[in-house]
Amino acid sequence: MTRAGKLLAALLAAPALALAAEEVKLDRAPISEGDLISLQRGAQVFVNYCLNCHSAGYMRYNRLEELGLTAQQIRDNLIFTGAKVGDLMKTATDPKDAKEWFGAPPPDLTVIARARASTAGSGADWLYAYLRGFYRDPVRPTGWNNTVFQDVAMPHVLWQLQGEQVLKTEERALPGGKKEKAQKLALEKPGTMTPLEYDRLVADLVNYLVYMGEPAKSSRIEIGIYVLMFLGVMWVLAYALKKEYWKDVH
Amino acid sequence: MAAAEKQPVTGAGPFNGLLTWIDQRFPLVQLWREHLAEYYAPKNFNFWYYFGSLALLVLVLQIVTGIFLTMHYKPDATQAFASVEYIMRDVPGGWLIRYLHSTGASAFFIVVYLHMFRGMLYGSYRQPRELIWIFGMLIYLSLMAEAFFGYLLPWGQMSYWGAQVIVNLFDAIPLIGPDLALWIRGDYVVSDATLNRFFSFHVIAIPLLLLGLVAAHIMALHEVGSNNPDGVEIKKTIDPRTGHPVDGIPFHPYYTVKDTLGAVVFLIVFCAIMFFLPEFGGYFLEYNNFIPADPLKTPPHIAPVWYFTPYYSILRAATENFMWVLAAGLIGYSILLVAAVKSNGARIAIVATGVVLLIGFFTIEPKVWGVALMGAAVLAFFGLPWLDQSPVKSIRYKGPLVKGALALFVVAFVILGYLGTVTVTEGRTLMAQVCTLIYFAFFLLMPWYTRMDRTRPEPARVTWQGAH
Repeated sequence: MTRAGKLLAALLAAPALALAAEEVKLDRAPISEGDLISLQRGAQVFVNYCLNCHSAGYMRYNRLEELGLTAQQIRDNLIFTGAKVGDLMKTATDPKDAKEWFGAPPPDLTVIARARASTAGSGADWLYAYLRGFYRDPVRPTGWNNTVFQDVAMPHVLWQLQGEQVLKTEERALPGGKKEKAQKLALEKPGTMTPLEYDRLVADLVNYLVYMGEPAKSSRIEIGIYVLMFLGVMWVLAYALKKEYWKDVH
Repeated sequence: MAAAEKQPVTGAGPFNGLLTWIDQRFPLVQLWREHLAEYYAPKNFNFWYYFGSLALLVLVLQIVTGIFLTMHYKPDATQAFASVEYIMRDVPGGWLIRYLHSTGASAFFIVVYLHMFRGMLYGSYRQPRELIWIFGMLIYLSLMAEAFFGYLLPWGQMSYWGAQVIVNLFDAIPLIGPDLALWIRGDYVVSDATLNRFFSFHVIAIPLLLLGLVAAHIMALHEVGSNNPDGVEIKKTIDPRTGHPVDGIPFHPYYTVKDTLGAVVFLIVFCAIMFFLPEFGGYFLEYNNFIPADPLKTPPHIAPVWYFTPYYSILRAATENFMWVLAAGLIGYSILLVAAVKSNGARIAIVATGVVLLIGFFTIEPKVWGVALMGAAVLAFFGLPWLDQSPVKSIRYKGPLVKGALALFVVAFVILGYLGTVTVTEGRTLMAQVCTLIYFAFFLLMPWYTRMDRTRPEPARVTWQGAH
């Protein structure tokens, strides 16, 4: 069996090595899912900047009470459309208009953080890179392009905060006399925020989008721990029962 | 009157009277004895023997969670996606029910694949258990149908395009293909009509079939008795005093308590995944499926859920060049068969079939043969009881040839499964083709290598070291 085992291991390892595709990994989004202040700020940015064109049509406003807000606070600070606090986060923008304006209707964002996950990184990583990856591109109808979403239909909504970036191609000298071309974003016109402040704002927004993708996540994990503890006790009992019965099997 | 001859039920305390009343009108005691208290199972079951009862557990889990999901889900192309998110958010405990069901689907296949592998390890499909195996394979086919129909229901991009791709496979069948695909979809593309009929199949038609087949599977099993890791029949050594097999123990209480332990261990693993990794890295819930179905936007990379990917790889392996390899394989295999059979009539039939297939290989497009290969890959399992010609049942007494062939087959199956989840490249296609050849060689050459193998003699009774 040992020889067969080795053969098996070698056969399994060979394709894994041969197939390991080179893939760009996204930077990890600096978010902390339990941080209520960050989530509240993210919700605020979301309703102010995103909810005008995008909907979050499966999410109710009053779910935000989970983030430590009262129904009145939500009504006063986060609802601009006359919606009731128990309503879904719909948008007033007609998808037909939006399609005409941008070329594609803005997608619903409720589960966008789950949809954007890939082998390159989590949905949060992608969104964090996306929202920081806009640059000026005169060729595009909106004047904007994006490093992780080539030729995106969406203009840079947060441009006043971030400022205007451009994509620069740099030539780097590699050891051995070779040269490598690398593309790099550079801030050409600063916005109202410093790059550090802007990154923090995006991280908070991404944190909120992750929360909105699965609001039950924290209770899922909490209940899961109790269930596993219960099953641990059950395992002890089941094991003892089996041992007791099987001792007279000869 | 038969009822009057029955003994009153004893040993149930205050329920003796009620159970006696029922037993005189229904074969309660008889069923209890035949299937539990006096069903003698070999005492040497090992790790691999948990997966049968676990499959039953997962079946119950899927049915119960499915009932609750059906209460809230809307089989309507405009509402399906939203209704799943409604279950995940607004239905109390809905997320739990949905994750139990989605994780349960993958768990079902894991458990069933291991259960099938057990059968292959210990020759559980051999005489007299051929029908158990056939019922089992029919369960496997129904399970694939059940999973396929169910996967459309969340109405995400992968649901939609996965169904589109699979239904289009029927399109490839000569003559009737296009009409057949249209008949399955109920429309020219996957649409609301498709969603409604898939829902109907998923919640009633296939589950009914599954339950019936599971009952037949267990009845056939209890008729002939269970196999065991030694592959020897316990019914051959009967204790003259009791009239029961010496190496058999009553299923209840011994295997009920043992399977309870197995169920708890399974639930620990299952719950750890379900509560902490419900998407399982995009394998159990695919990321793309969080985007609502869009008939106008084809995703760049369409992959079925992991449990279908070995067959998907085989489907994709059929390229123009591969047909030459298949043709060479067919000619070689036909020569082998002609040499093996004795009657001239059979020889003519083999040559005729070979020639027809050979002409087909180069006149019908490779895509059709991909579909045929995929179908053959699933159906090949049905042949195992007759392909396996080894003088012994269990892997324990088989020789290096069979062990090597089985190991190679498992590796090929796993690699095909992996390849089906990723995009195709030239190297990957080549690897899928090599694995496809290994896959089919395992089945087609089995009558020869099982006979040539150096086996060890089976023991007269099961090997068993006493209680651990």
